[in-house]
Amino acid sequence: MSSTAFEVKAYPEMWESLNMDVPRFDKARQMLGEVYAKMYLSQLNRPKNMAYFDDLISEIFGGRIKEMLDSKKSGKPVVGTFCVYIPEEIVVAAGGICVGLCGGSQGPIPDAEKILPRNICPMVKSAYGFKAGRLCPYFQIVDFVYGETTCDAKKKTWEILDRLVPTYVMEIPQMKNKRDKTLWMEEVRDFKAKVEEVCNASISTEDLAGAIKVINDKRRALQRLTGIRSANPAPISGKDALLIEQIAFYDEPVRFAQKVNALCDELEHRIANNEGVAPAAAPRVMVSGTPMALPNWKVHNLVESAGAVIVNEESCIGTRYFKDLIDENTSDIDSQLEVLTDRYMQIDCSCFTPNDERVDQVLKEYKDSNAQGILHYSLQFCHTYNIEEIKIREACEREGIPYLSIESDYSPEDVGQLQTRIEAFLEQIQG
Amino acid sequence: MQVGIDLGSRTVKVAAMHNGQLVDHQLAESGFDPYGQSMAMIKKYKAEKIVATGYGRHLAQEHFAREVITEIKAHAIGARHFFPNCRTVIDIGGQDSKIISLDEQGRVVNFQMNDKCAAGTGRFLEIMAATLGFRLDEFGPAALESQNEATINSMCTVFAESEVISMKNRGIPRKDIARAVHLSVVNRLVNMLSRVGFGREIVFSGGVARNPCIVHMLHEWLGETKVESSPAPDMVGAIGAAIHAGNC
Repeated sequence: MSSTAFEVKAYPEMWESLNMDVPRFDKARQMLGEVYAKMYLSQLNRPKNMAYFDDLISEIFGGRIKEMLDSKKSGKPVVGTFCVYIPEEIVVAAGGICVGLCGGSQGPIPDAEKILPRNICPMVKSAYGFKAGRLCPYFQIVDFVYGETTCDAKKKTWEILDRLVPTYVMEIPQMKNKRDKTLWMEEVRDFKAKVEEVCNASISTEDLAGAIKVINDKRRALQRLTGIRSANPAPISGKDALLIEQIAFYDEPVRFAQKVNALCDELEHRIANNEGVAPAAAPRVMVSGTPMALPNWKVHNLVESAGAVIVNEESCIGTRYFKDLIDENTSDIDSQLEVLTDRYMQIDCSCFTPNDERVDQVLKEYKDSNAQGILHYSLQFCHTYNIEEIKIREACEREGIPYLSIESDYSPEDVGQLQTRIEAFLEQIQG
Repeated sequence: MQVGIDLGSRTVKVAAMHNGQLVDHQLAESGFDPYGQSMAMIKKYKAEKIVATGYGRHLAQEHFAREVITEIKAHAIGARHFFPNCRTVIDIGGQDSKIISLDEQGRVVNFQMNDKCAAGTGRFLEIMAATLGFRLDEFGPAALESQNEATINSMCTVFAESEVISMKNRGIPRKDIARAVHLSVVNRLVNMLSRVGFGREIVFSGGVARNPCIVHMLHEWLGETKVESSPAPDMVGAIGAAIHAGNC
């Protein structure tokens, strides 16, 4: 696909029927296409199997929405989420679609700032703005949003968002004691009941077993991709891998896993032939921290434009989403919910205290990915990640790992400074 | 001859070196056309190699520079040229402030740099000097004359300016306000320094190293630690780039 031919396809009639702000959204669509062509299609020696993901981006506001609308017609709900703590297996078990909603661009932030305070996380503002400005087709088709209590900005914004779209909240505890699991388990049961109510169906053991398998397979495919990225020279760019991790929240899970596995087959051939997207001498950087929601490619683009390659994302849109699987060897619904809750409790989000397992996980991923330095990324006003950064930094100092911490949002105004800091970090890695 | 050029946010600096000795240097406003300005400055040299640094380094690479290095690396090399044993460099330029930590061989091992806001930068001092009606070269000496403690709390340039205006309107003498402005920059530097860590000798580069009040306050804060202003502090980045041109 040549970069001039690429566009994110327009579906104005469908958008109109979804009550979107079509003229404004159409501008955003064109911009996304231009940015994608510039940042993605210009990359050299891309794997052929990225074509599927390119197509998915060109249909992200069209084809994929149509699929979801068709599913809705058969009475299956679309559930919007904002966090890897919401168990998508339960939605899939009920035949529904779980979608991670938009919150990665600057465009809708002014819409959010008409009502929300300015000094809160850009992801929360962006997400709220997408709904308030009617600028996201996914937001327009969800039956309801299931939020959580992972941070103050989110949990209070849900109260305001509920005025625009039905928003339920799962209480995520902040510690991992036995009593916290009891609470969590009850929340998982409430979520199941809500999904069953909307689907007008009850979830059987077989349904849930099937869904657990489907989502485990999706996570296994992503684990496989992560393992492959440890090869040097890197067989795939960090930008492409991040894109796949972002698309994991939008795409149909069975098809997605197949496509990721097909890509991995190709990448394994590349490794066998010692082929890569960057020279073996290119600095290898691991990213750790807050999620980079589609289309937030700012840091990856800066790092890779400077000649380095990103080999891992320790993030919710990254390994935190897929490193843990659910035990598939259970035979009744209660034990299924039990192992499901166990799996979700292993997620090492900075909203927990203490959360030292994350520090160990970061060091483990650093070694596993054959990285040469860690870039910690925190969204502005993300207090928990920003403070936990201290422990990550100390661990890197202890281990002698080159380390750079940056705090940023979606605006382009700090790109010059970030570029200088990132290039200096790469100079430091190269000695 | 090797040429280093530092396309900074406010000024363009050029250093020409021959056999490791500085043979010529120039400094001019970046203006609205830093590329044109750079070309005018370098045309007089018969350079074997040109290495660029500073915000405009990639622009220079598109047109004439063989290689680019970041300001951080350039200042590290330049500071070691004057102080061969230094392990910590403070550089305050027009748009940002940096603390650079070096190993024994002079390699960068860690650095801190301000985020997108202009607080604690040369630009911040410029704006505050203008708000108080000082020329930039008078600003530091005037602040040094003040004996009165006053503080500004805001680190943000925009809010700090409002704070300065309200201080003026409370009748606080402008020298005292100038002192408070300098103190706020130094407080910020000390925070950054304590994050990176520092040894017994710190080299201060960048245009702000010529401000006597900042240097004096840093001395007071750091006690035992020696703070040396680099000779020709504006030129340190360009000199570092020129030295790098001789080595690459």
